[in-house]
Amino acid sequence: MKVAIIGAGPAGIEAASLLAQQGVNVTLFEQEASPLKNLTDKAFLFPDFAEAEQLVLALTQKLRNPMIQVETSTPIVDLQEDSRQWILTTQQGKRHIFDRVLVATGYTPFDAHRKEELGYGIYKGIHTSLEMEQMLKTKHIVNTVGDIPRRITFLQCVGSRDEKTGNHYCSKICCVTAVKQAIEAKKLLPQTEVSVFYMDLRMWGQGFEEMYRHAQEEYHIQFVRGRISEASSTFDGRVQIKAEDTLMGLPLKMTTDLLILMVGMEASQGTRTLAKACGQCGDYGFFKTVDPQLGDNLTSLPHLYAAGTCKRPMSINDTLNDARSAAWRLMED
Amino acid sequence: MEIQQRYWNQYQKEIADDHYFYERSCIRQTFFPGSETAFLNILRNELGKDICDNPHQHTCTGIGYHSDVVPFETTMTIVARLFSLMTECGYENYVPSCVTSFGVFNEVVSKWNEDPELEARARQYLWEATKREFDKPKNLVHPSDVIYKFRFDLKPRMRYQLVNRYTGKPLRVVEHIGCHYAKIFPETGIGKAEFPYVLAGMIEAWGGEVVDYPERRHCCGFGFRQYLVRENRGYSVANTRKKFMSMEPYEPDFIVANCPGCAMFMDKWQYTIAEMENKTFDKEGYGIPVLTYEELTGLLLGYDPWKLGLQLHQVQSERLMDKIGIVYNPSEKYKGISGKILPMPERPECLKV
Repeated sequence: MKVAIIGAGPAGIEAASLLAQQGVNVTLFEQEASPLKNLTDKAFLFPDFAEAEQLVLALTQKLRNPMIQVETSTPIVDLQEDSRQWILTTQQGKRHIFDRVLVATGYTPFDAHRKEELGYGIYKGIHTSLEMEQMLKTKHIVNTVGDIPRRITFLQCVGSRDEKTGNHYCSKICCVTAVKQAIEAKKLLPQTEVSVFYMDLRMWGQGFEEMYRHAQEEYHIQFVRGRISEASSTFDGRVQIKAEDTLMGLPLKMTTDLLILMVGMEASQGTRTLAKACGQCGDYGFFKTVDPQLGDNLTSLPHLYAAGTCKRPMSINDTLNDARSAAWRLMED
Repeated sequence: MEIQQRYWNQYQKEIADDHYFYERSCIRQTFFPGSETAFLNILRNELGKDICDNPHQHTCTGIGYHSDVVPFETTMTIVARLFSLMTECGYENYVPSCVTSFGVFNEVVSKWNEDPELEARARQYLWEATKREFDKPKNLVHPSDVIYKFRFDLKPRMRYQLVNRYTGKPLRVVEHIGCHYAKIFPETGIGKAEFPYVLAGMIEAWGGEVVDYPERRHCCGFGFRQYLVRENRGYSVANTRKKFMSMEPYEPDFIVANCPGCAMFMDKWQYTIAEMENKTFDKEGYGIPVLTYEELTGLLLGYDPWKLGLQLHQVQSERLMDKIGIVYNPSEKYKGISGKILPMPERPECLKV
């Protein structure tokens, strides 16, 4: 049995590893020059603050199985079924034939430029959560003039649960990521005031609620229920934000040194392209599966499976579990 | 600044090249008596365009509509009549002078497009009342869009640039866009709602520098519900004050606006704030001049400032004109059309003139 997995992120690698352990030949196609691009951007993982690098190393190690062949810089642009086989076409025009295909094309971070009222890319001092992750990784967090920031403000739900951008869904990971980053920032800069603006905090995972409590009690991080409506630059290069504190029922204006936009997850271009190519388009460009309970890795087409964030936003641990589940379904069929 | 410009001007919209039907504002000729005439002159004489100024036009009902005095059915029938004038004159490109009107027209057209039965009703009301018919405009733009479109064509004809002749540096300009220009329907404004580029594009093209201050998008204080009822006018002044406090550290040379209310309130409330708090927003106590975009364009083209009506502003413009190097005759400032010198207005003590 020849199996193709499209996407060498956590889902793709985990599924490939499990299949290879069962003696299945797997070809893993990755559009980037190296695997795990989204994961290498991270510094620490929630809820245990484990170093992301360790997970990258562990997953990379799994690729060393001789049953796995990795094709990097090879975007798949078309996916067609023909006589119960699957024909994959690369961007370079090369065609490959496989018996089974697992789509694990993942997500892309929401482009914060689209929330233009938040001034990302226009004003200094406004960053995405991914950029903050890099700052935390390098332990270099400074304001627009290179000094230690007096105040850091996080804003949840940027590009998620948002009518204006057309993304009505929750990206699931941003709440806990903001709490995690706020704690990390506070550990590095104890004198800095840290606030988080939220719609409602969805601490759904094991240890998340405890982390949130910890953030308030131990690190004195301020949580403000309200959405920021506008960000602009002040005369001295700080960021002025306007919001409504919906618990107080009052409009609020404050100045901060850094505004961190917690960007959500969107279907990646690869996910959109392939979902369209094989008629499996779900909501918001994500890949559609047959049912959310017993067929969450199955598509309506034979021998075509989906795993991870190409289906919807997921945390890394959920993604890994989902990949294992997809690998088992693929072998069972 | 380069990055900012990239975002500010990335949203563009279609603006017809020629053959416009102009609709005047109810209030602009009182506040800025030279602006609309200046616009017609600029289009006809500087750009050689065809623009119809029909004498049978009337209100769009905007102020009444937004204060809940005029019901929507009336407003859309009035709008239908204005469109019928355009149709009758053989034009398809509608250019309403006032930003409130621009918002009203966009709202009515949008509602008609979404609900054809509503449009049919408007056609029926108009027919029953006047026996008139109309076509919807093919292109509905604000006059500031038209000036923006031709800003580079106008530049070589200009006698002056937005440069301080004493320092050689670009003048620092605050631009203010009327809320109803793009905040109701973002796609109707150049640069959309958050980063409107229509006036910024003119300022940059003509040598000036746009001041980007924190309260740039804040209401000017003209909001109908703030000023229509006298008891609420404190909100109006507070809004204007908030903007001025925010722009003050940037020391702008002047303000330009594309909405009748914005220019009027930002000009006149400077006197009110000076009376209330003995506070002016320039270092020397004169206030910050506020121009309409037509006055600005006219000044740079070399039009007589007194024919543009600058003497009717609260904050006087001589110091600004001196900075630009504009030649004007101070003795003709209060000369009426008949040649008779009119009485001088009273000089306030709290705001220098």
